[in-house]
Amino acid sequence: MTLPAIIIRNLVKRFGETTVLQDINLEIPEGKVSCLIGPSGSGKSTLLRCLAFLEESTSGMITINGEALGFFEKPDGKRERLPPAQIRAVRAQTGMVFQQFNLWPHMTALGNVSEALKIVRKLSKADAEEKAMAQLRKVGLENRAGHYPSQLSGGQQQRVAIARALALEPKIMLFDEATSALDPELTGEVLKVMRDLADEGMTMVVVTHEIGFAATVGQQISFLDHGKLLFSGPPSEVFAKPRHPRLDQFLDTYLDRGASMLI
Amino acid sequence: MMFNPQVIIEKLPELGSGLFVTLLLWIAGIAGGVVIGFLVATARRFGGFATNAVLGSVVEVLRGTPFLIQIFLLYYGGPFVGLMLDPIPCGLIGLTVYSAAYYSEIFRAGFAAVPVGHVEAAGCLGMTRLQTIRRIQIPEMALIVLPPAVNLSVILLKESAVLSIITVPELTATVSAIGSQQYAYLEAIFILAVVYWALVELTDRLGRAAEYRLSRLRFSKA
Repeated sequence: MTLPAIIIRNLVKRFGETTVLQDINLEIPEGKVSCLIGPSGSGKSTLLRCLAFLEESTSGMITINGEALGFFEKPDGKRERLPPAQIRAVRAQTGMVFQQFNLWPHMTALGNVSEALKIVRKLSKADAEEKAMAQLRKVGLENRAGHYPSQLSGGQQQRVAIARALALEPKIMLFDEATSALDPELTGEVLKVMRDLADEGMTMVVVTHEIGFAATVGQQISFLDHGKLLFSGPPSEVFAKPRHPRLDQFLDTYLDRGASMLI
Repeated sequence: MMFNPQVIIEKLPELGSGLFVTLLLWIAGIAGGVVIGFLVATARRFGGFATNAVLGSVVEVLRGTPFLIQIFLLYYGGPFVGLMLDPIPCGLIGLTVYSAAYYSEIFRAGFAAVPVGHVEAAGCLGMTRLQTIRRIQIPEMALIVLPPAVNLSVILLKESAVLSIITVPELTATVSAIGSQQYAYLEAIFILAVVYWALVELTDRLGRAAEYRLSRLRFSKA
């Protein structure tokens, strides 16, 4: 039994008066695909952003491969912020893919992927570009290396964004609704890259509205609603009938739209 | 009396020296204004609350008063506080400070328009704050501000005519003087309008060419 890749303990996130995450406890298993699903506003994206340290939790702890993220707990239970270099070191274990791709428009695909290799990893230009090229090849875009983001389709941009994150060799990949900004035709090429990654044994945390992907590729499904983690388990349990009534209600909205793969 | 621009055109060599001073002050004013404006916008964006508040007030005063009055106060009021400036240096300083205030506002808006996600992506890839500012935020801001910056540069060319009131021998002063000598005021003003318009048109074309060349770097629709 290996240690969980991520341990989330009593995590609370408030924006002012609003509590977005209420006392979340969850373990993300290593080498598996964990999907966070739930209706809009349920807090699933905020939870993922906490894992990437793009949001700072109000209380609670996140541990990534045994190392505390952002804060450490003193013996008296109070939290203290870790120094920036240490935070960066722990964040380096995760790679993040955004709904809006967030490629830098002033750099080519190759430039986007090689940038952090050059200025964070301090690789030479030639080494960085060779590594970047290998990642672009992996997502099937080596012939688009010289293109700027504005010259790429949405699906291609997202694949470049995945290559950019992978280039730094993270142990865990975080996906925040990676296909939500794409039309159905382009969704497929991104999901394929994600499936390939899962097959390689990458630890993945995937916030998604693609219930089909969650059901077929996901190995742990966590359902969030109104900032609470209602339940978590393998898809065979979570999607089996009888289902949690709130999940049933949530899935109905998908079935209404013709997605029948779960009946 | 006839409308006869020929009277002015005969004096072209004199007109040329005025044009030279105008171009010199304009280009130097743009260069100084862009550099100072960039430093001010960067300091306001990343330098903390107090820096932003202090520089913000200075910019508000400069933007809130007419250039004519600023330049008048600097040239004729300067000696009262021990600031004795010749017309050309005074004009250059005035134009630079005035344009810096406006450029800084353009750059400030440009920084604000860089999508937060682009900065977050840099953070997720391990870039420090300084690396992110240098490699991501500044280049993206520069792309965003190109059209409004060209527009401001064109406005500055025309604003430089104001420097004639402090006896800077620039285009407007020179041509007006010729007009007075020849009793051809209207012709002088007409020629002035043509020359300014030609320069503005040229600048606009250069700006548009630059925009076109940079268009592949435009922000893609996600």
